[in-house]
Amino acid sequence: MTAAFLRVAILPLVAGFASLALAADIPTAERRSGSEFMGPETRAMQDDDTTNPGMLWVLDGEAAWRRREGAADKSCADCHGYAQTSMNGVAARYPAFDAAKGRPVDLEERINMCRSEQQKATPLPFESQALLALTAYVGRQSRGQAIAVADDARTYPFIAAGREIFERRQGQLDLSCASCHDDNWGKKLAGAPVPQAHPTGYPTYRLEWQTLGSLQRRLRNCMIGMRAEPYAYGTAENVDLELYLMWRARGLAIETPAVRP
Amino acid sequence: MARTLLNVPAKAARGEIIEIKTLIAHPMESGYRVGLNGAMIPRDIIDLFVCTYNGAEVFRATLSPAIAANPFITFSTVATESGTIEFRWTGDNGFSQTESVLIAVE
Amino acid sequence: MIDYDRAMQATRRSILIGSARLAVGAGLVSLVGTIPARATPQTMRDAIREAVGDAPLRTGRVTLDIPSLVENGNTVPLTVAVDSPMTESDHVKTIHIFNEKNPQPHVITIALGPRAGKARVATRIKLADTQQVVAIAAMSDGSLWTASADVIVTIAACIEDVN
Ligand code: HEC
Ligand code: HEC
Repeated sequence: MTAAFLRVAILPLVAGFASLALAADIPTAERRSGSEFMGPETRAMQDDDTTNPGMLWVLDGEAAWRRREGAADKSCADCHGYAQTSMNGVAARYPAFDAAKGRPVDLEERINMCRSEQQKATPLPFESQALLALTAYVGRQSRGQAIAVADDARTYPFIAAGREIFERRQGQLDLSCASCHDDNWGKKLAGAPVPQAHPTGYPTYRLEWQTLGSLQRRLRNCMIGMRAEPYAYGTAENVDLELYLMWRARGLAIETPAVRP
Repeated sequence: MARTLLNVPAKAARGEIIEIKTLIAHPMESGYRVGLNGAMIPRDIIDLFVCTYNGAEVFRATLSPAIAANPFITFSTVATESGTIEFRWTGDNGFSQTESVLIAVE
Repeated sequence: MIDYDRAMQATRRSILIGSARLAVGAGLVSLVGTIPARATPQTMRDAIREAVGDAPLRTGRVTLDIPSLVENGNTVPLTVAVDSPMTESDHVKTIHIFNEKNPQPHVITIALGPRAGKARVATRIKLADTQQVVAIAAMSDGSLWTASADVIVTIAACIEDVN
């Protein structure tokens, strides 16, 4: 996408949006997952496990869960048993505060911590098929559960930092995430509805990608769309943003693995 | 081996029309996309899918690059007898994968 | 499944295609030069004749179910059903799908017979642009039946790296 395109094509669209100046929180009763903005066909693809392509990764993750790895020669199952019980509800409360690191970690990072510290194996790279598969499998165990990240003295500064990024105008278009997702959700941008940006279904099978991808990949896409410099995978800014988005989506149900346009 | 997701009823009544759903992990690289270096990315697709029922072919699909990544194909067949339903996907770069499921017909 | 490096490469590729699509969509610059020649309504008609022969194409008996407004052209669900008893003496032999504007007109050809029980198949296709999609069923008596649908393809706003 050229900057020229964005200026010529997106700006006039955005200019038709409501006041860009004030970002107001979406009232709880009006919060809606991205799946509610999708067409019935995409929705059907997500809702049926026998047709949801994200299930291919969930099945890979299930096999990886039982595979012994690393110098410790241990599988996830050796310590955690059945994921259906041990991982039930876990994804709904990530990113979660990690005392040793003194800051929140997202689900991918949490899985990698078990890989390096417990299995004594090398961490899996961001966006690798192996990490996406494990994250999708763990995430799948929370499907239908309400998002509930911790909102306490330890996490509060990081939620606030994520919110600051979300509301900050940035990039060549001088837009903030909030100018689209808080103030103008439901309106159309180049034919596509602007959703509220709730991270309900990650990792998600995005039709645009033709593959499964993480929430960080999705955030990078929107930053690029704004002509802002995307945060590198694994940076504190990305995790703060993930945490703020999950806090902002509290109460909505996990849909992992979701399907999105 | 590519991951597959097959949905076939384990049991059926004789003469019943059953629905079969198949998904396989594959990039279906069309051969029409241009890479960063300006060169075409070589085609890498599954171009044939065949289903046999106790050895007899019941369904065949010839795929072009316009089939979406992670090909999904749904079709039906008549449950004639107990046995094995086999699926075979073949394509570029020697791609070949066979999966089978058992069906009990009463 | 693909590995990390390939995934990232694929990422950068889809940007290029995405940029071309967006720029063209906005009518700014034509980047079509970087995209290989596309099918046209004429090449589609030629491909259809090559696949099914010269018998007349009749409208009817075929139901083509495809969204008229597609959220992303990379994965478009499609179902074709043909009105046929699917018996030994009267059944659908092949179903063909064609499109006007992808690089190649042919999408998929399906061979089936009485053992299918019913002539109903579903798949997911890629559509490079807003265009017409055509389904043709060839019957055991040699007749050809067809249905077509116009599909509008919208474009994603948030995409991958540009640089
Ligand atoms: C040697 C045992 C061991 C292995 C092997 C292991 N884990 Fe863990 N895992 C733990 C322990 C212990 C904890 C809890 C750490 C804590 O909270 O202090 C944990 C915590 C977790 C959590 C966070 C749970 C929560 O409630 O917040 C996740 C997610 C997780 N592990 C996933 C995995 C995955 C996926 C694998 C395989 C790749 C794996 N673990 C392998 C021991 C293990
Ligand atoms: C110009 C408007 C615009 C801006 C600014 C914008 N987005 Fe988006 N965002 C969209 C649109 C449109 C979609 C969905 C359709 C698409 O991707 O094309 C989307 C999708 C998303 C999603 C996916 C939601 C789901 O259901 O999975 C997330 C998360 C998201 N945006 C976060 C952000 C963040 C964080 C920022 C700021 C860094 C941001 N967006 C800035 C328009 C915008």
